[in-house]
Amino acid sequence: MQLRAQLINGIQLLSTQGRIDQAGAEPFSAALSPYLADCQAGQPAIVLDFAGVEYISSIGLRALMLAHKQATAQQGRIAIAALTPLVAEVFVISHFDQVLKVYPTVADAIEDLR
Amino acid sequence: MKVRFWGTRGSIPVSMTAQAVRAKLITALSGAAGVDLSSHEQVVAYVDRLDFATAGCFGGHSSCVQLETGGSEHIILDMGSGARPLAGHYLGQHGGKPQTYHVFMSHLHWDHIMGFPFFTPAYIPGNQLIIHSCHSEAEFAFRRQQAEPSFPVDFSLLRADIRFDVMEPGRDYAVAGLTVSAKKQRHGGDSYGWRFDDGKAVVVYTTDSEHDVGDLAERAAFADFFHQADLVIFDAMYSLAAAISVKEDWGHSSNIVGVELCQLAQAKRLCLFHHEPAYDDLQIAQILNETRRFEELTREGAPLEILSAWDGLEVVL
Repeated sequence: MQLRAQLINGIQLLSTQGRIDQAGAEPFSAALSPYLADCQAGQPAIVLDFAGVEYISSIGLRALMLAHKQATAQQGRIAIAALTPLVAEVFVISHFDQVLKVYPTVADAIEDLR
Repeated sequence: MKVRFWGTRGSIPVSMTAQAVRAKLITALSGAAGVDLSSHEQVVAYVDRLDFATAGCFGGHSSCVQLETGGSEHIILDMGSGARPLAGHYLGQHGGKPQTYHVFMSHLHWDHIMGFPFFTPAYIPGNQLIIHSCHSEAEFAFRRQQAEPSFPVDFSLLRADIRFDVMEPGRDYAVAGLTVSAKKQRHGGDSYGWRFDDGKAVVVYTTDSEHDVGDLAERAAFADFFHQADLVIFDAMYSLAAAISVKEDWGHSSNIVGVELCQLAQAKRLCLFHHEPAYDDLQIAQILNETRRFEELTREGAPLEILSAWDGLEVVL
């Protein structure tokens, strides 16, 4: 799995697609890892653009939780934006919408975090 | 096989409060505006149309489940506070006639043993109780909770023939017409799930079990343990987000993991169990609805029926 990276208004925007499930979670974490290492105090916040994510399972949500924990421990900031309706439902049912910062659109995330 | 739930709450028993009863009455009476309730039958019909969270209650006893196999010996899963009303049920059915009770313990935490001192058949001579567990210290735990100063009746005063049977996980045992096996689970001090097969139906009782969703080998092992079960009684105490963040290592699981494991195992029914004591009926009903929706969203094969356990629920398999 590849992440498309763009630096926009001081925000590290990372776009991904496909399924983040048993097969997709490990590649997603591996692709995210170098960006997470730089997600520290004073560095650009990460916004994960999930508009192309079709599905996320518990193992994918765990990957997001680990990323969130690492960023928080480093005083960095990470958020998720543009969930598809199905993924948004999974976030609500799993209560991940209460733990992670989720924005309706990428523009909303960039505006709030820049 | 029939499964009857006597205690479904996690960690500590809870009871209905006056405020909760009042809220249910207000909801029910508000919905009755304009409804003809002039006869008793109309009132009953109206109440029967109300949702469970309004007209019913998930209950507050801690873990205790009864399996009815059709045989003469009785099967009980855990001895939480639900064991007290279960004792009344057995006495009502059999009076003082000697009976054999097989108790299968998930583990020895207090909420799972606290009903035993109130399980009246243990006091009656002629009854036989066999307490099966995978914990070598089970007898110590049962005796200790009835020792002074914790309880007025010492274990030694119980008049039934009480035996402790320490079993090994991963082996098949024949007990009261059932094939029984246990599986070690992730929980403080270890817990064990149980699989019961009467040749016609399979029930898996898996409570107080945390799942590391990143451990694929563990996931496959549980899917194998649940394989094609007719009913999986599953610890769904927390949301997935809580279970892998603030409540990580607390030894409990979530509805999401329950659905995923049951789908992987091609199980037929998932029963959410060991409800968070802080949740009221509306919250538990909401979790049930959300879990059903999650199952719809993720379904690839046959539908998985989703239930939420309540004190008094009967499931016929």
